[in-house]
This record gives sequence, C-alpha cells and structure tokens, in this order.
Amino acid sequence: MDSIEKTVIDILKKYTLNPSVWDQYNASFNLTKDLKINSARVVDIILDIEDAYDISISNAEIEQTRSVGQMIALIEKKTS
Amino acid sequence: MKRRVVISGMGVVAPNGSNLDSFTQSIREGKSGIRKIPELEEKGFRCQVGGVPRLEQEQIEYLASLGLDEHSAYLSYALLAGKDAWLDGGLPVPDPESGESDPQSGIILGTGFAGIDLTGNRLVPAVDSGQLRKIRSDLVEQVMLNAPAALLTRILALGNISFCNSNACATGTDAIIMAYEYVTSGKAARILAGGADGASPYYWALFDSMRILAPNHNHEPERASRPMSATACGFVPAAGAAMLMIEDAETALKRGAKIYAEILGGSMNTGGQRQGGSMTAANPHGIESCIRAAMKASGVKPGDIDLISGHLTATKADASEVALWMKSLDLDRKSFPYIQSLKSMTGHLLGASGAIETLAAALQMSGGFIHPSINCEDLHPSVAEIIPRESIPATCLSYSPRHMIKASFGFGDVNACLVLGQFKA
Repeated sequence: MDSIEKTVIDILKKYTLNPSVWDQYNASFNLTKDLKINSARVVDIILDIEDAYDISISNAEIEQTRSVGQMIALIEKKTS
Repeated sequence: MKRRVVISGMGVVAPNGSNLDSFTQSIREGKSGIRKIPELEEKGFRCQVGGVPRLEQEQIEYLASLGLDEHSAYLSYALLAGKDAWLDGGLPVPDPESGESDPQSGIILGTGFAGIDLTGNRLVPAVDSGQLRKIRSDLVEQVMLNAPAALLTRILALGNISFCNSNACATGTDAIIMAYEYVTSGKAARILAGGADGASPYYWALFDSMRILAPNHNHEPERASRPMSATACGFVPAAGAAMLMIEDAETALKRGAKIYAEILGGSMNTGGQRQGGSMTAANPHGIESCIRAAMKASGVKPGDIDLISGHLTATKADASEVALWMKSLDLDRKSFPYIQSLKSMTGHLLGASGAIETLAAALQMSGGFIHPSINCEDLHPSVAEIIPRESIPATCLSYSPRHMIKASFGFGDVNACLVLGQFKA
C-alpha cells in the first residue's frame, strides 16, 4: 500500500465507529455508504487531510470526493 | 375517554449513583453524593463542593463507542439515562442500520445550561484565538440545546416529537408534564421525558456570585446540602440526568412493562413576577395556583396525599415553601403528610432536578419506601413552627405512598407541579 493510501486510511479510521466496515475494503469504498461515516464528519476529514499534506481543498472538490480512491487521487494531484 | 398515563421505564445518572440500581440503594440509605470539587477551590468559589456523577467504566466505553470526541457532561448523562430508561422500559435498542423510525415514540429532554462546559473549554478559546480550524463538526452536537434529544432519536429510532425545553429549575418537571399531556391527548404512545445538566464552573459561578450556594461546609461536603435545616446557607450545585418513559397505560400493559406509577395530573404556570415575585423569587400566589391546579387536574383529595416531594433547595425559601404546601393543600399541622427533599443527598441538579425527583417519587411508590431527608437534624425553627418534625423522615421508612405530589420552582418565577398515584389496572 502506498503511503498516501495508508495516511488516508489512518485518518478515516478515526471516524469509522465499527472496525468491521474495513473487512472487505477496496479503494472504491464510499465514505458514508460503505464506511458508515457520519456525513457531518466529512469536513473534519478534509481538515485533517489539509493539515497532513499542507494543501487546500475547495468545497467543489469536497463535493466530488465520495470514495477513498477519489480522495487519494485528489491528494496526488495537489501534491504533485 | 381520557387515556391513562404511566411511568414505565426509568434511567438516571446521579451524584450518588450512576445508574438506577445504585441510585435506589443510595437514596434508601441516605447516602450523599456531594464531594469537594478542587477546581472550585482553585477558582476561588465561595462554595467548593458539588454533586458530580462518577461514571462506571462500561458507561465511559459506551459513550466512546458513539464516536463523539469529547462529550459535554450534560450530553453524556442524558444519553446514558435515556438509553437506560428505554431498556428499563423493556424496549430494544434498534440496529443502527434499521430502516424506519417509530412514529409512536418521541422524546422531550430539557436542560438548563446545556453544553456550556465545552462552549467555555473549546468553542470560545478557538474563536477568540482565531483558530477556527480547531472547531470540528462534533462541537455543534455537543453544545446545541437539543443535542441529547437528537442523538437519542438516532440511537433509539424515535419518530414522534423530538423537543428540548428549558425553564430553569422547573425544566425536568415541565418535560414530564408536557410528555404526559402529549400522551394523554393521543399524539404519541410513549415519550422519553426528563432533564440533564452538566457540572461546570462556567455556570455554577453565576449562582456562587449571587451568594446563593452553600459556602459554610467546604470541609464537610456530605453535610453541605441542608434543606429545612437551621444552618442551611444556600444550595449545593449538582449535575446528572434522569429520564422517564411516559407511556399510554394500555400499550405499557400490553407490552408487559414494569409500571412504577401513574401520572394523575400536572400544572405549569408563572407568577408573572408580581406580588413579591421577581426574576429570582417566586410569587407565592403563583405557586399556590400551580399546586391547586395540579390537584384539581388529578382529582385527588389533599387528605389522600401521603408524601410531598418538595423543591426545598436549602435557602431561605424553604420555610415559605413548606407554608405554601400547607396552605395550597388546605391542610393543618395535624393532617400534614410526609415531606422530603431529595436535594439533601444529591444537591440541586437544576434543569434535571424535577426529573430526578419525580424518578425518586416513582421509585418510592413502586418500592414501598420513603427515603430520608438528611442534614436537617437541626430543623429550622420557621419550619418547625409549621409542621411537626415527624413529617420529615430522617431514616428510610417502609411505607407505600398512595399518592405523591411533586413541585419545582425556577428562576423567572416559573412553577411546575404534578401528582402521581399507585397504578391499579
């Protein structure tokens, strides 16, 4: 697993209440549907990612980021 | 025909018991939950004692499993008491993924001061220092007044009314009366009702600076809350929550739920800050009207009231309250029933006080006992002039009250009173 994916998963794990949601994990997992993350927490996840990578993510970008894979792609784009 | 309404489940987090069983044992034994609070001493409070619940490890783990980073105290207590009341009522906690909410079940959960602890500890410092990124999405769920009610609707899949009321020290009793009226009118089958307040110097300071908290017993916390005592010198601030399932008797019976007591009538009013009433003092005529209206609504005769659960906070208002009970119930010294103050053991739970005192009333009616009122061995002469000392049990009595009356009075000159009876199907 590359390091961005690992960092993202570590951040997401703070917001998943039931560890078993990770059992069948793949990068297409949706944050709210598959990982059962409270939708109010998505903004907290974005703040954590902004701090971890010293990047800025717009509201429009947040709206287009629904899966773990999309989140990783966004970070790769912003940090390349 | 008017529906009959009963108390069919209860949950409590109190300074002298973090769950229903330990609280019941404590009030039977006359055990105080008042302790020295070092933070109050450090901050220079006149009163340095308080009633703060001590949670069990499993309760702390349950709260952690809900995923809120740091709970405000009132929210923690309310969630635990609400869930316990639901389970005590014999209802299952639904799967978080279950599809539908229950349109027949609702919640009315009041608070006097809500999440002022986290407002002070997290929100204000973050805003004042310009560190807005530190405000995370969980904070709104910690400080908004209806947060405990809203979280419990999610946990219990409630689909009827979800409401937060606030009316100072009458809040808890108001919530129960409103739930009673809602169920009586057929709008819901059951409503979880009660109140919660947390422990925080940020609002206890309001009362300390008004010099209405007890300053003279910092060296002997368990003796600090002294309702009806000659040495009463103010109330002791306390925190906790009590939740009661207020249910249509028919559905409760059908479910085979344990029934603690029946609610026979209630009344809420204000003295309008007239005739001696003010923002902080009660209009005695308002109190009398409230008690008389609750009695009338209940259809119970004054002579059939066996026990009064007073507001009785340990201020100079105690003697005038006792006199008002006598007058409003048309009784005399000889016919006066038992009277008690739960606050002698718990301190004053403010927005939760009426709920925990109604819960204690229902426990006594179903358990056949009268809990002691402690710390009034030196009965105030003004109280002794009105009622005999035997009216205030100092030890636990084995006695089944047929009917009880409970009142709460709050800042703003607001009053609430309800009448309970033993339930007979």
